[in-house]
Amino acid sequence: MDLDALIGDPATRIIVCCGAGGVGKTTTSAALALAAAEAGRTVVVLTIDPARRLAQSLGLEELDNEPRQVDVPGADGELHAMMLDMKRTFDDVVVAHSTPERAEQILANPFYQSLSSSFAGTQEYMAMEKLGQLRASDQWDLIIVDTPPSRSALDFLDAPNRMSRFLDGTMIRLLTAPARAGGKAGLRFASAGFLFFSKIISKILGGQLLRDISAFVAALDTMFGGFRERATATYELLRRPGTWFLVVATPEPDALREASYFVDRLSSEGMPLGGLVLNRTHPPATTALSATRAEGAAEAVAEGDGEAAEFAAAALRVHAERMVHAAREQHLADRFTSAHPEVPVRTVPAAAGDVHDLEGLRIMGEALTGPDADTPTGTPRTRVLPARRG
Amino acid sequence: MNPDPSPVRLHVVTGKGGTGKTTVAAALALALAADGGSVLLIETEGRQGIAQLFDTPPLPYEERRVAVARGGGEVKALAIDVEEALLDYLDMFYNLRRAGRALRKMGAIDFATSIAPGLRDVLLTGKIKEAVTRRHDGARVYDAVVVDAPPTGRITRFLGVTAEMAQLARSGPIKTQSDGVMAVLRSPQTQVHLVTLLEDMPVQETADAITELTKAGLPIGSVVVNMATEPVLPVARMERAATGELTGADLAPALAAAQLPGGMAVADALAAEVVEHARQWAAQDALRDEVEDLGRPIVELPLLAGPIDVGCVFELAGRLEEHLRAEVAA
Repeated sequence: MDLDALIGDPATRIIVCCGAGGVGKTTTSAALALAAAEAGRTVVVLTIDPARRLAQSLGLEELDNEPRQVDVPGADGELHAMMLDMKRTFDDVVVAHSTPERAEQILANPFYQSLSSSFAGTQEYMAMEKLGQLRASDQWDLIIVDTPPSRSALDFLDAPNRMSRFLDGTMIRLLTAPARAGGKAGLRFASAGFLFFSKIISKILGGQLLRDISAFVAALDTMFGGFRERATATYELLRRPGTWFLVVATPEPDALREASYFVDRLSSEGMPLGGLVLNRTHPPATTALSATRAEGAAEAVAEGDGEAAEFAAAALRVHAERMVHAAREQHLADRFTSAHPEVPVRTVPAAAGDVHDLEGLRIMGEALTGPDADTPTGTPRTRVLPARRG
Repeated sequence: MNPDPSPVRLHVVTGKGGTGKTTVAAALALALAADGGSVLLIETEGRQGIAQLFDTPPLPYEERRVAVARGGGEVKALAIDVEEALLDYLDMFYNLRRAGRALRKMGAIDFATSIAPGLRDVLLTGKIKEAVTRRHDGARVYDAVVVDAPPTGRITRFLGVTAEMAQLARSGPIKTQSDGVMAVLRSPQTQVHLVTLLEDMPVQETADAITELTKAGLPIGSVVVNMATEPVLPVARMERAATGELTGADLAPALAAAQLPGGMAVADALAAEVVEHARQWAAQDALRDEVEDLGRPIVELPLLAGPIDVGCVFELAGRLEEHLRAEVAA
């Protein structure tokens, strides 16, 4: 996968980094953004929940829900970064789409307050919304998006639709039917359904919550069109030429399974996949010595006396473990590739510690965008171990 | 069972994504079942991680035995299906099973579980409370319940959502139900355990979660340090290696004596690997102080070689058993 070409191509306007939780999506997004800025692009990275020290190094302590420029000495382009404030983004949408009076009603509604801070999928929806806003403002020629730490990578694609389906769904129509369906056909069914529904729901939730929901729905009624259109428009944005998805995974069965689901989903949605970033691999420093041989030698060496023998035996044991570990990682990567032969893969070795400054991001960016074969260990960046000869 | 069993009966296991909380929850359930205990392991996130771990077909919404522990103990597992739980709930409290099915056809259940803020979590915690307090012929059905809970970022909201719900629904049956659930969750029979790795982010999130949970009045149990690198050398040697002074030249004579190929290039590579190992260990070791400062009992689990399977779960369970015994004694 040639990420260097991808981020350097002026036709690339949006890169979305997806993957299961805990695989390093945020760091990958930030590293790519930095590399793109250094390559001369004017880039903004939208992060969802960066580690505190990484956020600090990107100057993201201020939560104003707007991009801030990051000082990158010597870069040809510009790097801007922001952290998503979910509730604030939702509030802004409400304010932008209704009258001040109505917006006030909505913002004060206890049900809205819960919805905007805890509805399953709100974060994904708001990430999409923010992406739409950033794209519409046209201040950046490249937008890199980190996705929320969901259980499933698919949530990012599903949540906005779920939200707009909800706003457009039978239940909402039932809830709002008495207010707006003045004598239309189907009213009888709607009202009967509504009564039945509200009876059950009020049994479960208590009458007060139901009244809050109804008030919220009635207040929102005028902006439904706006919500739905926006969700659909942003979803379409993801299908437009110029948008690329990168799937991030670690060499572990769960993360790669998620990556597989996501790859299948992208292809069925007709969304463009840049490739798989296989993050935090553990390539050994040499592959000249097999695990078996190293292990055997460790036993032999350990019989010797002194510090030198002890160090040598330890080094051999460490190496044997790393060879086994790398073989397992390579096996998992191969399994992914045999299921998805069309998907290019780029491996990124695990950093010694957490990546929390521009220098760390630069090193990671180099692993992501550097020439394929030119690594210190000689292992191609598409693999954890070199391919077996012959 | 232990002669003096711990008062804790509900173990909620949380941790940052990728810290191995499902594995730890499963190992803890096995540890609690040793010596004849009956333990229920509950999955809340619908990913069938428990079934994968115990190598069984996907769990249906019913309590199934997944493992037998020493001394006739057993672990049952339950993957909660939110829609089914809501139907159960309607049935249990309102005799509304048939109406519930009709509602499901209309899409109302899907609607209710996705829109009502936290209704999912309310149903999950309600089901957990039911399992903890369930009795059969006067005796408790489960000696302990272990929950593979949502990650640290969501745990306080997950456990506290019933309290939030009680505020939203200021009257009505859900209020009563919520109060009952919170009473169990905040009682000494509950402990929230936090799984962390010796890495900055997970330790930081653990600290944040402890602050939040404490504020919400939820009792905190142990901190489980998972996947700790075991040093290959005595500490003093590890420290020397971590400084990076070790080079290929130090190793080359011993390697040559063992007739290994590759000469200096391999020696240098091996030195680099052992230095990296030592540095990783040192970086982890440096975080142990921060974990200590959390002020909670700590149990450390090693990084196991190879993919995690049932054997690994039993091995980790052994380590947790010692910790539980020490906790009860303390």
